Amino acid sequence: MDHSAVLPETPSQTAGPYLHIGLAPEGAGIRPWSAPTAAASPIGPATPGRHLRLLLELLDGQGAPLHDALIEIWQADATGRHAPKTNAPEFTGFARLLPDPAGAFTLQTIRPGTVEGQAPHLTLWIIARGLNLGLHTRVYFPEDAALFGDDPVLSRIERPERRATLIAGAMGQDAYRHRIHLQGDRETVFLDI
Amino acid sequence: MSEPPLLPRDPAAHPVAHYPPYRTTIARSPRQPRLALPPTASELTGPVFGSDQIAPEDDDLLRNHGGAGLPLGEPILLHGRVMDQWQRPVPGALIELWQANASGRYRHRNDGYGAPLDPNFTGCGRVLTGEDGAYAFRTIRPGAYPWPNSENSWRPAHIHLSLFGAAFGQRLITQVYFEGDPLIPLCPIVNAIADPVAIDRLVARLDMDRAMPFETLAWRFDIVLRGRSQSWFETAPEGL
Repeated sequence: MDHSAVLPETPSQTAGPYLHIGLAPEGAGIRPWSAPTAAASPIGPATPGRHLRLLLELLDGQGAPLHDALIEIWQADATGRHAPKTNAPEFTGFARLLPDPAGAFTLQTIRPGTVEGQAPHLTLWIIARGLNLGLHTRVYFPEDAALFGDDPVLSRIERPERRATLIAGAMGQDAYRHRIHLQGDRETVFLDI
Repeated sequence: MSEPPLLPRDPAAHPVAHYPPYRTTIARSPRQPRLALPPTASELTGPVFGSDQIAPEDDDLLRNHGGAGLPLGEPILLHGRVMDQWQRPVPGALIELWQANASGRYRHRNDGYGAPLDPNFTGCGRVLTGEDGAYAFRTIRPGAYPWPNSENSWRPAHIHLSLFGAAFGQRLITQVYFEGDPLIPLCPIVNAIADPVAIDRLVARLDMDRAMPFETLAWRFDIVLRGRSQSWFETAPEGL
């Protein structure tokens, strides 16, 4: 293979404070499209699977929530298939989340199935002013602890307290909460994919 | 079917996360090394966007604002090709665009800059690349604007672009600048990229071949998304 033919990737730049105009116009107070690019949930009411609510908090190094960030969600359906190879009704597997006035993000979705033997997880991509390159991370579910040892991500993280940064906390029936720390003692594990 | 992995992301091609001259990075940049992960199906698949979702006029910012007239400023065509690192076109890639108006003002509730809004300009567009990876937007050249970083910081004129390839791991957001803008080398967001050659890859070139007389100037900007890391593509039907 001729490696001299390999082009460098186009450099990333921050999405800046006005990312909503292009990615989630309703967040900028405009409605330019007849059909939105992405919904705020990857599922619909008819999507099969265990429906759940996940509250996400995204905090900077001072513990302050990011009010101008956007989180993209990508996930498999309840059988472990990603769109478009899914038969699940009303399921896109993709969503864009904006923070509420308090800075929290709420995701209504279904619990994903196992993908290639990995523990069920959500794939997240985080962009904001001050992030020069979008951040990849994951969210796992606490009841799957028996599967974590064979998971290709969790099993690579040696320190348990670092592993814990990828596991949501249960908040009662079908409700979870997860904090993403950009910095500090509890900095979330971000992935170099 | 298991998918071939992506070429590793080269950190030298990108800005560093923690770059104090860009002040917001100080509190927001992660400090721990990222965990290297061979992409799994979760990152090698990605959302697919169809032409039923994207209207043809969505790529024309001169017309897609709902106003009665044309926006103020210099009309331009921003065009180019999206390809992977093997120079193979990426068809059907969704590009989303956002920008300030000709005065340097964004149509956004958080933009407090005193320059005027333009009733005939929203500043967003989107398009799917064609079979050859080509894309084009009609828009106006955005203005430079001040921002609260140091006491006298001005952004060079720029347009934000968001791209989806076929894999979620190819996801990219960037900014395109305009050849010859003297503000480019002064900008800390730009200079978070250490390599001047990499910075130059974010600069669109004046393209008189595509300029329309008495209508629009044209600027060319090609975009490279990550490629797959094996030779499987020689038998694959299309880019990624």
